[in-house]
Amino acid sequence: MARTCRRCRATDVVIELRRHNASFCKECFRHHVREQVRRAIDDFDMLVPGERVLVAVSGGKDSLALWDILLDLGYEADGLYLGLGIGEYSDSSGEATRTFAARRQARLVEIDLPTDHGFDIPTAAAVTKRVPCSACGLSKRHLFNSAARDGGYAVVATGHNLDDEAAVLLGNVLRWDADYLGRQQPVLPATDGFVRKVKPLVRLDEREMAAYCVLSGIDYIVEECPNAVGNKHLGYKEALNVIEDQSPGSKNSFYFGFLARAADRFNQDTAADQGALVACASCGSPTTGTVCAFCKLVEKVVQV
Amino acid sequence: MKVLLRNPRRDLEIEGPKRVSALLSELGVRRESVLVIRGDTLVPHDGLLQDDDQVEIRPVISGGA
Repeated sequence: MARTCRRCRATDVVIELRRHNASFCKECFRHHVREQVRRAIDDFDMLVPGERVLVAVSGGKDSLALWDILLDLGYEADGLYLGLGIGEYSDSSGEATRTFAARRQARLVEIDLPTDHGFDIPTAAAVTKRVPCSACGLSKRHLFNSAARDGGYAVVATGHNLDDEAAVLLGNVLRWDADYLGRQQPVLPATDGFVRKVKPLVRLDEREMAAYCVLSGIDYIVEECPNAVGNKHLGYKEALNVIEDQSPGSKNSFYFGFLARAADRFNQDTAADQGALVACASCGSPTTGTVCAFCKLVEKVVQV
Repeated sequence: MKVLLRNPRRDLEIEGPKRVSALLSELGVRRESVLVIRGDTLVPHDGLLQDDDQVEIRPVISGGA
């Protein structure tokens, strides 16, 4: 018997999702993805209708798809692109982001690390003698928050999907990192100086996000960031996909089971780890020290 | 058929017709880690690829978090 779309029963199926035991035609698959995002937003109280959302976009499949879906769902969503100065990869990712913004007639805010802050990620990695992802993550967390505050946005939305969250969870569990486990939530509420952060793609995996982009005509950067190749996070994802192949739905059960049955147990560890926040003496961002980690990084790298 | 693989990019010539499932198995690629793209659409796991098809096997795993 021919495989049919779960929603409309058409036979022109383009994708099967084993963890949902379902197949979809093109339009019903796109509907499925939008509904999963809508459900995540509703279930976790991520967004309030009418508030301005700043979407952190990289030119990759997840962030461009997220921006596309939030616009389709009627949110006032602007994009924020951070130029990291990672050679051709940054050139291509910036171009993909600008092309998407022009196509959707959406507002794109751009920050360029080399132009606006005097350094790039490869240089920061060399000076600090740490992996590039360290300076990259630090810069993103700082600049997404400060751009949102400066621009009057209530919330930053990121394209973290189910695979991202399950892989981070696996890493945190392998190390029993209680502080990080307590903070691994699809919504991080606003606190003094920090805007709310939300992850509306947590109900969708990477294959669904890539499929959404292909079927929606979204040209994203397929090439991997050269600095991510071989990193631990990718190894965790591959390990989880071996399990998922044998037992569809495992990643979903692992992550949502953690949120339902275990995450609350680590709240105390997270609270104990947080010092009192003061304004950074250099930029005014919240920090537990005199100068925030980003300003320390800039000072160290730019002095060289 | 012409098969494009990514990361690293390489082109293969593989005899068709062939099911997507057989092609992925032959190449040792896990189905949850890729999409099979023909033109501007996707081919499901039980889809049949013809000898004159041009397809891309696109990885979906990315390393940022």
